[in-house]
Amino acid sequence: MDSKEQHITLKAENLSIGYASKNKETLIAQNIDFNVQLGELVAIIGINGIGKSTLLRTLAKVQPKLAGTIKIEQADLDYIKPFDLASKISVVLTEPIASKNLTVIELVALGRQPYTNWLGTLSEHDRSRIIDAMTQMELDSLQHKKCHELSDGQLQRVMIARALAQDTPIILLDEPTTHLDLYHKVRILKLLKHISKEAHKIVIFTTHEIEMAIQLCDKILLLDGKTNPFGKPNELIEKKAFERIFPSDTITFDPDTGSFRI
Amino acid sequence: MLLMLVISFTINIGLGSVSIPFDELLNSLFGNAAEKESWDYIIWNYRIPKAFTAILVGSGLSLSGLLMQTLFRNPLAGPFVLGISSGASLGAAILIMGTTAISGLLTFEFVNDLSLAIAASLGSFLVLLVVMIVATRVKDTMALLIIGLMFGSITAAIVSVLSYFTNAEKLQRYVYWSFGSIGNLTWSQLVLLLVLVLIGILLSILSIKSLNALLLGENYARSLGIDLKKSRYIIIIATGLLAGGITAFAGPIAFVGLAVPHLTRQLFNTMDHKVLIAAVMIYGAVLMLLCDTLAQLPTSAHVLPINAITSIIGAPVVIWLLVRKRKMIF
Repeated sequence: MDSKEQHITLKAENLSIGYASKNKETLIAQNIDFNVQLGELVAIIGINGIGKSTLLRTLAKVQPKLAGTIKIEQADLDYIKPFDLASKISVVLTEPIASKNLTVIELVALGRQPYTNWLGTLSEHDRSRIIDAMTQMELDSLQHKKCHELSDGQLQRVMIARALAQDTPIILLDEPTTHLDLYHKVRILKLLKHISKEAHKIVIFTTHEIEMAIQLCDKILLLDGKTNPFGKPNELIEKKAFERIFPSDTITFDPDTGSFRI
Repeated sequence: MLLMLVISFTINIGLGSVSIPFDELLNSLFGNAAEKESWDYIIWNYRIPKAFTAILVGSGLSLSGLLMQTLFRNPLAGPFVLGISSGASLGAAILIMGTTAISGLLTFEFVNDLSLAIAASLGSFLVLLVVMIVATRVKDTMALLIIGLMFGSITAAIVSVLSYFTNAEKLQRYVYWSFGSIGNLTWSQLVLLLVLVLIGILLSILSIKSLNALLLGENYARSLGIDLKKSRYIIIIATGLLAGGITAFAGPIAFVGLAVPHLTRQLFNTMDHKVLIAAVMIYGAVLMLLCDTLAQLPTSAHVLPINAITSIIGAPVVIWLLVRKRKMIF
């Protein structure tokens, strides 16, 4: 094992994802292989229904995998207890939160749950982490607002702040930029980039913003259900991986500008 | 708020079909003998148990409502709406009218209370479990409420079948129970109810952290390291004990469980269950004491069924909340 590999913290090998019910398995994607290191921002892209969200939810152990292995710091995800996992992975999902009556600061504070006592009492350290997370997401002026009073972009930042407050080396985000306009999309993605670099975390998110991902991300996992190329954006461009995402008669990829042409 | 509780407690004890002067009331409360011995008797053996029952019933039902609203992520959840009270009624109906063996037990008053409590609790557990299973399959909150309504119908149907075959005496006993009453409990029954409610409260306090995490939704709660299965069971057991036990002793009492958590959230700008559990219980107790006071006020010789009063007060509160807020959020 060379020195580079010792920093690997999230790794998938020969992973198959999908849904398993009592009598049948629905395979959504297979042969997923990647490894991501601390400080890297990774986008998972692919067409609708290819399994981006399923993969993310599988990585977060929200749903079970079908085959293969997922490893965090050499430990198999299957054998990590939910309580221990809570200090390793935090998530931002697409599903709406159950209670929109929470205030911003209450919601962010819930991120500290894995570290608080049985009553959930916040220590000084917890409080400072919460304030830090809110400052990083520029939420200080909103902290006593209720979540139902926020715009989509603000709520998304609150959810990211909650994940930050959870203080985990890995943050998984499911489509953090949907429903946002161009300005807010860029703002969120830049914040994610900032988090991965400054806080030295693994940040993995699913997105449809392929062009932005090419510009911002360190690595990209291109889900196509079969070979699933993974690598740096320019490597994938050289391999002509983006050309194969969409049917070529409707959209073509321009490798020079890293953008799609209609 | 505690002051409000004390005041409404005193008002509740002070009022009744026999008027007792206020200073005599205080005399009796603080251990001195009142002017008439009968006043002492009325206060200690009738009014104080009733007031304590009101406190237990009000706080317990409100707490179970709060637990259910969080667990089912549904602002309209409550022991009555979700059919939990119907389940308890069914248990009670089967016990009172369904078996003849019970008549033999009637001589042992305590055993009978215990069996009624167990039957009602079992009934409410049964309904809760079914609702829980449905809730994991159906994500739609409307469907859950409709299922609760259907349980109400099924219970009503079974009860009417039972009442068709039973004798008049038992039927009367059941009908009287179903009106809801907090005035008929002896001290020993009160102790039993207290134990049930205390266990319910204890389990709720143990679940504070999971309840708070559940405000985000189940997947987020899991990602925060909450053992979902375990905490779900604890919350369900707490709810069943509270709603089932109370319904067994006091009959099905409507709207307290649904309305009080909403009223409390209006007053407190927090969703933290550490605060809400305490606030909801005090608020529920106050409301129940006031409802009970109201039930005996209009004509001082008669006492109205408590269920009617809570409905008359509770239903408009829910409507008012819906109209004012346009949507119910929890």
